Amino acid sequence: MNNKSLAEENYLPNNLANKKEFSLKSFFLQWEWLLILILFLVFIINSILSPYFLDANSLLGATSTFLDKAFIVFPMALIMIMRDIDISVGSTVALSGVVMATVYNSFGFPMEIAILVCLAVGALCGLINGLLIVKFKELSAVIVTLGTMILFRGIAYIILEDQASGNFPDWFNYFGWGTAGNIPFILIAFIIVAIVFTLLLHKTTFGRNVYAIGSNPTASRFSGVSVDKIRVIVFVLAGVMAAVTAIFLASRMGSTRPNVASGYELEVITMAALGGISTVGGKGRMLGTILAVFIIGFLQYGLGLINIPSQTLLIIIGALLILAVATPKLKLPKFLLRK
Amino acid sequence: MGKFKNVLMLLLMLLLLAACGNTSTEAPATESEGEGEAGTAGDAGEGGTAKYAFVFKNTGNPYGEKMYEGFEKAINEAGGEVIYRSPDQPTAEGQIQIIEQLITQKVSAIAIAGNDNDALEPVLKKAMENGIKVLSVDSAVNSNSRMLHVNQANPERIGRVQIQAIGEMINYEGQIAILSATSQATNQNLWIEWMQEELKDPKYANMELVKVAYGDDLRDKSVSETEALLKSYPDLKGIIAPTTVGIAAAGKVLTDKGLAGEVALTGLGLPSEMASYIENGVSPWMYLWNPIDVGYAAGYASVELVNGKTGALGETFEIGELGSFEVVEDGDGTQIMLGDPFKFDSSNISEWKDVY
Amino acid sequence: MNEHVIQQTDNIEKHTLSNKLLANISKFRELGLIVFIVILCAFIQWRNSSFLTIENINDMITNAAILSILAVGMMLVLVTRGIDLSIGAIIALSGMICAQLVSQFSLNPLLIILIGIVIGIVCGVLNGVLIAKIGILPIIATLALMNVFRGLTYRISNGEWVSSYQMTDSFLSIATGKVFGINNLIVIAIVIYIIFYYVINHTVIGRQIYAVGSNPESAKVSGINENKILILVYSTLGGLSGLAGVLWVSKFASAQGDTATGYELTVIAVCILGGVSIAGGAGKVSGVLLGALLLGILQNALPLLNVSPFWQTGIQGAIILIAVILNTLVKRSVDRNNLVRRKI
Repeated sequence: MNNKSLAEENYLPNNLANKKEFSLKSFFLQWEWLLILILFLVFIINSILSPYFLDANSLLGATSTFLDKAFIVFPMALIMIMRDIDISVGSTVALSGVVMATVYNSFGFPMEIAILVCLAVGALCGLINGLLIVKFKELSAVIVTLGTMILFRGIAYIILEDQASGNFPDWFNYFGWGTAGNIPFILIAFIIVAIVFTLLLHKTTFGRNVYAIGSNPTASRFSGVSVDKIRVIVFVLAGVMAAVTAIFLASRMGSTRPNVASGYELEVITMAALGGISTVGGKGRMLGTILAVFIIGFLQYGLGLINIPSQTLLIIIGALLILAVATPKLKLPKFLLRK
Repeated sequence: MGKFKNVLMLLLMLLLLAACGNTSTEAPATESEGEGEAGTAGDAGEGGTAKYAFVFKNTGNPYGEKMYEGFEKAINEAGGEVIYRSPDQPTAEGQIQIIEQLITQKVSAIAIAGNDNDALEPVLKKAMENGIKVLSVDSAVNSNSRMLHVNQANPERIGRVQIQAIGEMINYEGQIAILSATSQATNQNLWIEWMQEELKDPKYANMELVKVAYGDDLRDKSVSETEALLKSYPDLKGIIAPTTVGIAAAGKVLTDKGLAGEVALTGLGLPSEMASYIENGVSPWMYLWNPIDVGYAAGYASVELVNGKTGALGETFEIGELGSFEVVEDGDGTQIMLGDPFKFDSSNISEWKDVY
Repeated sequence: MNEHVIQQTDNIEKHTLSNKLLANISKFRELGLIVFIVILCAFIQWRNSSFLTIENINDMITNAAILSILAVGMMLVLVTRGIDLSIGAIIALSGMICAQLVSQFSLNPLLIILIGIVIGIVCGVLNGVLIAKIGILPIIATLALMNVFRGLTYRISNGEWVSSYQMTDSFLSIATGKVFGINNLIVIAIVIYIIFYYVINHTVIGRQIYAVGSNPESAKVSGINENKILILVYSTLGGLSGLAGVLWVSKFASAQGDTATGYELTVIAVCILGGVSIAGGAGKVSGVLLGALLLGILQNALPLLNVSPFWQTGIQGAIILIAVILNTLVKRSVDRNNLVRRKI
């Protein structure tokens, strides 16, 4: 928001995306290449540090430890491209999970129905966010979702109080723990969702409209894009994906509680930001986001294998985020640019 | 010139990362000083040095640090490599990630102070299927997800002794309140159940438990809750706070309001945090067990499990200098139980406040 | 954030109104909030008569003092269209370092306060440089530094806390001492509010901060050094957070690594309750003060009302949402009335 012109000027992916002609230099200066480089470095460093890291089973298994929250990163990317933000997603995870467990355990509905209810609750939370944001244009998304963040969490507490609710049927464990061959189910689900969202953003009118709203909301309103409708839909998507996260999380924990998933919102925003999604709007691609998910996930996992204390991990992730975001913004000296 | 500045900035950032890199490489080095020989021994073969992991609730918690101190001492005595891990926030999600990483590292045993009674069940079962011995310590996980629980003290005794203490302090007459941690804290909830059980004894007929408040183990919220207790119940005679942050916050409020002697305070807290308030008389005495001993017991229990014990009812566990303990029943599961909680008062607080 | 372009056109419209009318609007803009607070107080008093006693009001304001100090700094950051998520971590870092210094060297309390502020300013300058000079978005820069500061605090503390008995009486008296019968924390908050009120309303710097927030482009054209202003507001908030760290540790007589985790969201909530716009350019000291008062009342009253602890979070969330929406509706009708008046 600050230094907008400066940021735009230096923001490589967008500048390059605007140019139609292909040039080798610009191709290699894309954000995604930087991310791939980082991911590569993470792999090399981790393999040197720990003998356990580079092992196909371990790597595939590792994905199931960090992918649960990663489902939210896709709608969060859409939201951030549209210059909004949603900090209520962690609470939405808790609320939809708690309702699912209650519907199954206290009301005795079959688990299939409970899962549908969970998705519906997530969608409803997203709908509330979206409608409030659209109806009260003076309020930004930060304000509204800050309020609903506290409210949704509060409702989860009211429902389950100090109890945990679990005892799900055995097949429900498959979500978080099942594998097809060596590939965890959660990874397959993640890939499918990733493809759907990538197509949605990059290949549909809806996606183009999201970009249009992000780069210039007023202009897109005048050119006939139904801005309000799209904003509401995107927030509903965020709610639904939060509910998906709730399902996987409940499956991994075998039960759920009102205090789960606290702080997920900041982790998800970190992933999206590292992936090159910018909150000044209109910029960022799904590929970068997906790479960022794996960078942070494998970094945490790899450093965990050599038992680095979690406080040091905090510092490293913070520094990595700054470095990754800052590097393309720095003006490179001439001799580096003009070969 | 502007570009020059920017290059400088880039260098600065790299320096920052380098600095972080330094701290990060230093960390594991200090943590496993014995790794040099132990690590190579482990690589030498499956029968090499066993790796013992201790997982606490969150980082930066002195209670956990002291437990680890005891755990490390036990493992050093018995021979083995120690791993100490905790998530940065006290969540079950964080602990699940850590346990997965420990499974990949093929540790021999995991001793865990659980952030959630049930949520760790799937991942701990997976650990046991992989041949890892799992025990809980301090905060139990449910009986399906562990082989043994190392209990710091009998929860029934912990609950009852606090009511007995407050009764003695207020001459068995008047209103009392409880200031707990979060409403989700399983340990505290269990102790409070036993407190309510003890209150049914006719000798407490003139005492009334007016409220259970939750300070969420946050300083500011615990202070607000204490102040609200004092205002809502002007005749309040005593407060029981079975959690360190809660009892210290209540001690601070009572000290600042000059209520020493009028409202009695007891509960469970670290001696270091409570030293000021025991010395100034706000809390005549309070209880805690020795976290170093609890960690020490967890260490030896891990070793015993790795050496073939199963944590079945009736087995005897040798806990180094603490002696031997018999495995007893705990609901559906089994546990070994250390002694009664230790009483801290003005006569002994000064020698313990520097210890933990 | 989507709407700031529209709001800008709104703002331009408003600037064309006469100054007198502008003063009138601004007087009425907090009306919704004041009415809400009065009704809330009446309700709480009805449920628990110990609410409006001198002792309770004193406790309440003392507890809200640190929050209000941070909120006024956060307001400046929000006014420039920024946000700072790192302040909770700065509080912990400065509190931990100062507590360790006190326990080892028993320094003079004034010196400790100064050290705390300096630590905070250093952290704030780091935020400001990343945002202004390098051009990283505030939310991302401060999120990253939040992790860094929090991690540093844990490393410095080595997992240990600094307890009450390790602190000197003079240090503890920072938060318990009184000036003319008023608690030091309240005095410090009042002094800070007077200074900020003066700087914001009567100095060039104050006007420049608002200019940068309401229209960065024209601010640049009119020769305002935007980078300087940005670094200034972030380091100011940093300094206030450093101060708050010392006050926090002194008030609660204990320094922990996880002190004030998530406190940034409470502070932001105070600002938006007080009518500060995240889209920049709008926000008043009086509004923030009311916001801090409302949140202070909530934190004080929810335990007093004897509601089930499981309902507290939900009620708090609902009240914040209702207050914000009500305030918006009142503002709308005030603005509409003013437009009607202008047409006549």
